[in-house]
Amino acid sequence: MKNTKHDKVVVIKDLYKSFEDNEVLKGLGLELYKGENIIVLGRSGSGKSVLIKIIIGLLKPDSGTVEVLAEKIHELDKKELIKLRLKIGFLFQHSALYDSMTVRENVEFPLVRNMRNMSKSKINQAVEEVLDAVGLTDTIDQYPAELSGGQEKRVGIARTLILKPELILYDEPTSGLDPVTCEEINKLIMKVKERYKTSSIIITHDLACAKQTGDRILMLSEGKFLRQGNFEEVFDTDDERVTGFYNYNFIESNEN
Amino acid sequence: MLSGSQRTGKYLISKNLDNFFIDIRELTRFTLQFFKEVFVPPYELQETIRQCYKLGYKSLFLITSTAFITGMVFTDHSRPSLASFGATSWLPSFTGVAVIKALAPLITSLICAGKIGSNIGAEIGSMKVTEQIDAMEVSAINPFKYLVVTRVLATTFMVPLLVIYSGLIGLLGSFIDVHRNDQTSFTVFMYDAFSKIGYVEILSSLIRSVFFGFTIGIIGCYKGFTTTKGTEGVGRAANSSVVTIMFLIFLEEILLVKFFNPFYYG
Ligand SMILES: Nc1ncnc2c1ncn2[C@@H]1O[C@H](COP(=O)(O)OP(=O)(O)O)[C@@H](O)[C@H]1O
Ligand SMILES: [Mg+2]
Repeated sequence: MKNTKHDKVVVIKDLYKSFEDNEVLKGLGLELYKGENIIVLGRSGSGKSVLIKIIIGLLKPDSGTVEVLAEKIHELDKKELIKLRLKIGFLFQHSALYDSMTVRENVEFPLVRNMRNMSKSKINQAVEEVLDAVGLTDTIDQYPAELSGGQEKRVGIARTLILKPELILYDEPTSGLDPVTCEEINKLIMKVKERYKTSSIIITHDLACAKQTGDRILMLSEGKFLRQGNFEEVFDTDDERVTGFYNYNFIESNEN
Repeated sequence: MLSGSQRTGKYLISKNLDNFFIDIRELTRFTLQFFKEVFVPPYELQETIRQCYKLGYKSLFLITSTAFITGMVFTDHSRPSLASFGATSWLPSFTGVAVIKALAPLITSLICAGKIGSNIGAEIGSMKVTEQIDAMEVSAINPFKYLVVTRVLATTFMVPLLVIYSGLIGLLGSFIDVHRNDQTSFTVFMYDAFSKIGYVEILSSLIRSVFFGFTIGIIGCYKGFTTTKGTEGVGRAANSSVVTIMFLIFLEEILLVKFFNPFYYG
């Protein structure tokens, strides 16, 4: 029998990953508990996206163990991997919507492909439910090119919600958005957590987002988590890599 | 998934030569994966049919006009040399052989290389660099099956159909030229045109175009799947799809014609 202890959703130990001679992650460890939202903060290029791509199995670690929902994701065969991925939602940094499909087709795509004997009316109902959850029912027949940045993120979130995931990985959900839209997305993330009872890892360099949506904050620097704790704990330090981040954050988040 | 074919760092021979051999290895793997996945359900029948329609329909106008003009012009250019032997009555059978055996398969495939190959390379390439392919993967969808298998099946099936079509249109172009000059009737022209064509000739053209169609699909998809470096890479994927496909089509043509030669008519 498999380990049914689900109190830890993600457990990472001693994770190493490099590309050629660019060492990105160097002995990183992480634990995500059920029902928790953790924030991964870090500068551009610090390896945040690489980390969550490893968690969902898009990238392979050089060494270390990665357990997701009690499965060692990099040791699964194809069938087991599919089964596990159905329980994980992933929001891409640039949304990655299918631009040849409408919003409806984008959102229903994971469902149509994976639940082949689901009826058309059930599918429509599910699509409408998640679009309603993200507040986007009126754009259902539009193409991604016709959407604003904030709407794209919402469709991306709707597309991850359609499979009712237990774990959601958000890659910079508020980057490139104006402050008002950021605020809306932050609220949406909190709403998703309550309504769908998910645990999440949220990558950001937006401190407002971190403060609002995170139960715990981890500061990624030089391939490891430098500090962790709640917002105040993380920034209560003289370490320049942390305070520097705090000061530069506003410039950096404008660049992206 | 597939790693990019470009590499930096140390090289065995030289950067270009190393990348060339890595490319061949990766392409072989990619092709083997196609044969592994094509027979395993679920079959994406609906998407395959949609691709057939899309790819076939896209190239129809271009192929109609090119085939017609080629047939007509080829006949017109051949007339003087046959006339110098007083043999213009051989024109129908002469062009029949040329169109069915050589022109239709080659010209149609080369046009499809430009039109369909670049389209597939660019479409899949842009899906790759905007992470749409990764998005499928994390939604537990097999992108190879959904994107590659369907397109390769579509080109493998559609290119031979387009070759048959363009052969007939080419003969029509040729007939119009012959009719204008020699007042030959349509029935007589067609009878003559097919007098030196047997099943082997037609079969050989069809089999060759199956190979060409497969090449167009698999190379377009491979170049798309291995696209790196953003939007610039998408342009490069489209471009190198066409170049690679054309090169391979000529290579296959040489080898396959050698293979079929012993079986040809008289
Ligand atoms: N597929 C890849 N191939 C090579 N290098 C990569 C790849 N993905 C990421 N990197 C490198 O890893 C480092 C971290 O990237 P990333 O995780 O995207 O940063 P960020 O923290 O901004 O999300 C960067 O130096 C990047 O160039
Ligand atoms: Mg990133």
